[in-house]
Amino acid sequence: MDFTFSEDECLLRDAAREFFATEMTADRLRRIWEEGGGCDDRLWSALAELGLPGILVPEEQGGLGLDEAGAVRVVEEAGYVALPESPLHAAWLAPFLLPTLGEEGRARWLPRLLSGEARIAVGIPGDLAVEDADRAHLVLLSEGDALFALTAGSFRCEPRTSFDPGRRAFAVTPSIDPVCIGAEGARIAAELLDRAAVLAAAYELGLARRILDLAVEHARQRCQFGRPVGSFQAVKHLLADVAVRLQFARPVVYRAAWVVAREAPRRALAVSHARLAAGQAARLAARNGLQVFGAMGYTWECDLQLYLKRVWSLAGRCGDEALHRRRVRQALLVGDTVPGAGDTFAEN
Amino acid sequence: MDLRYTATEQAFREEARAWLAAHVPRDPLPSPDTAEGFAAHRLWEQRLAEARWSAVTWPAQYGGRGATLVEWLIFEEEYYRAGAPVRINANGLHLLAPTLLEHGTPEQKARFLPPMAKGEEVWAQAWSEPEAGSDLAALRCRAVRDGDHYVLSGQKTWSTRAAFADWCFGLFRTGSLGERHRGLTFLLVSLRSPGVRVRPIRQLDGRAGFAEIFFDEVKVPVSQRVGEEGEGWKVAMATAGFERGLLLRSPARFQERARRLVELWRRRRDQLARDPHLEDAVVQAWLDAEAYCLATYHTACRLDRGGVIGPEASTNKIFWSELDLLLCDAALRILGPAAEFPAGKEVLAKEADSGRWLEEFLFAQAGPIYAGTNEIQRNIIAERLLGLPR
Ligand SMILES: Cc1cc2nc3c(=O)[nH]c(=O)nc-3n(C[C@H](O)[C@H](O)[C@H](O)COP(=O)(O)OP(=O)(O)OC[C@H]3O[C@@H](n4cnc5c(N)ncnc54)[C@H](O)[C@@H]3O)c2cc1C
Repeated sequence: MDFTFSEDECLLRDAAREFFATEMTADRLRRIWEEGGGCDDRLWSALAELGLPGILVPEEQGGLGLDEAGAVRVVEEAGYVALPESPLHAAWLAPFLLPTLGEEGRARWLPRLLSGEARIAVGIPGDLAVEDADRAHLVLLSEGDALFALTAGSFRCEPRTSFDPGRRAFAVTPSIDPVCIGAEGARIAAELLDRAAVLAAAYELGLARRILDLAVEHARQRCQFGRPVGSFQAVKHLLADVAVRLQFARPVVYRAAWVVAREAPRRALAVSHARLAAGQAARLAARNGLQVFGAMGYTWECDLQLYLKRVWSLAGRCGDEALHRRRVRQALLVGDTVPGAGDTFAEN
Repeated sequence: MDLRYTATEQAFREEARAWLAAHVPRDPLPSPDTAEGFAAHRLWEQRLAEARWSAVTWPAQYGGRGATLVEWLIFEEEYYRAGAPVRINANGLHLLAPTLLEHGTPEQKARFLPPMAKGEEVWAQAWSEPEAGSDLAALRCRAVRDGDHYVLSGQKTWSTRAAFADWCFGLFRTGSLGERHRGLTFLLVSLRSPGVRVRPIRQLDGRAGFAEIFFDEVKVPVSQRVGEEGEGWKVAMATAGFERGLLLRSPARFQERARRLVELWRRRRDQLARDPHLEDAVVQAWLDAEAYCLATYHTACRLDRGGVIGPEASTNKIFWSELDLLLCDAALRILGPAAEFPAGKEVLAKEADSGRWLEEFLFAQAGPIYAGTNEIQRNIIAERLLGLPR
């Protein structure tokens, strides 16, 4: 049993953190907002240079060769800066979907994905819109049991304006037949949803930590009654509660990442648990963090909103709470046995 | 990351499972908070020790197996699955022993650890006083140096199992009250010493689960001091970290409870379709028990590889105590009107578990209080983990 990260994985996380800290500042995010959200080509190329699109691609195919468990903390760091999501979709989901296009399709798209030449957007089952679909060379869209591989001219793209200005979302309507349908399409959709849910969960961990850090910083600076508001116990306890929820969501997400990377049992339960736990932590961080900021947190000017809005806009995507609760109920309340002590890792 | 048990860990589990299957008493022992029950539990501790299961993480020379923390978690899982008896010497094994292993002299380790492992000497923790609860550094119970021993006078309270225990470990004031935590010394005191009087206190369940301890000129040899005089706070905080952090409540305890809760819900589900929120409460409690397990393994693996536990330990205490409340609240809500009659014949026939849930519910109410209240833990998290000003 080794529930820790390797030294290499830690180094990669640190590198990503450093890159995001310089590249994805609050000012940069605000410029992105003004330009209509999403990921511009310059950022896309910079991320490709960093190796992001190949993070889950085997080394012999030109990637970094990590699995989801090894890469999960890079996503966490992306969440910390509210990185536009489309490059994460390309890195986390596209390598899983490309093989469904056959050897030819994969050979055509994978090298260009890795080099950053091709932008691949992914439509996640249940979501109403595809991030950066208008900028993509290839849209992989999962709808019901159908998987579409759409290139320019084979789909219609209609903008959907989210209240989160960092989002650049489009409703996509295919005008060609799917590449995959029926049982195989349903299997792909299910697995895609699991992967997307873990991606969202890891991202939410980062968002929650960012909001917590901002609120702590504010509480140390802002003085009322002649002392920093962070010295008031009511304020301390709001933030301590966030720290607790976050501390206990993290390992749940790490385990889910390990589970989706292999054929481990009880996948739906592990994944939905991760999404629920991370979502709870992020929403608590948003609520309590905003409370600690007072009116300042309720302004457009305050950078807090950059992260709050992503928490709220992400909440209903990649499987919403209702979906994940239903899956957990199904796993726990139906079936022969109820998992208890000793069962958590037993069948891995 | 590799979330599979190694062959060694698997073999460890199988050995534990087989031994427990052969030795766990078929009928539950009487409550350890009675004289008869305490004696029965002491015998059980001796059986565990004979097979070297009583303190698996200790070095072999003191009666342990030198097991890793992950193996300890495995043992706990098997222990709770087997429905084995409550461990009456947990305060000694999990709180004092780590302190002795870190701060004790070789003589102290050799003298105190083996009889502790065997249950021959059961330990109580004597920190709290009537005037010093959360504000432990305000404690007054005095220890005055007199040649090769200390003389103790004063009072401790809320000391779990002290009604029947043999020894206590505690903090005593060797300096002045104004020195607060700098004037304290960590001492090991036999509860059989002349001048010690123990007065049991009935808890919510009516039993003598804890006690007051009065010290009237009690002589304690200097050789029973752990760490230096005046360094008691530092020594004690080492135990506090372990208590909150890892050892006090293993996840298995809550996971078995969560399993029973889900089973209870499955049996009573039809009748209780009238409360649509109940199912969510059941599911959430199970999920939190699972999360507690995952977080504990995460920490244990880190510590097994040389990591250390810091102020994040305080998050554990809050999480498991609130989880326990969720579990027990949900169970009582499922039992509904039957919940208040633990021993009613009809109720028992329908739901054998109900009396047990009620007992667990009562004890869960104490979780956010003992081992440092959850408010104090939140203060610690805010100040030491998050860096907010005092
Ligand atoms: C079942 C049980 C077993 C126990 N076993 C032992 C034992 O074996 N050995 C032992 O030494 N002690 C034991 N205790 C005692 C326990 O450690 C104390 O109860 C605990 O430290 C709290 O002290 P108190 O009860 O005096 O509450 P108080 O300190 O009087 O607190 C009362 C309330 O005020 C709050 N409060 C106090 N100070 C602050 C603050 N600074 N900020 C915010 N809120 C605050 C508390 O959180 C609490 O809600 C046990 C207690 C229980 C219930």
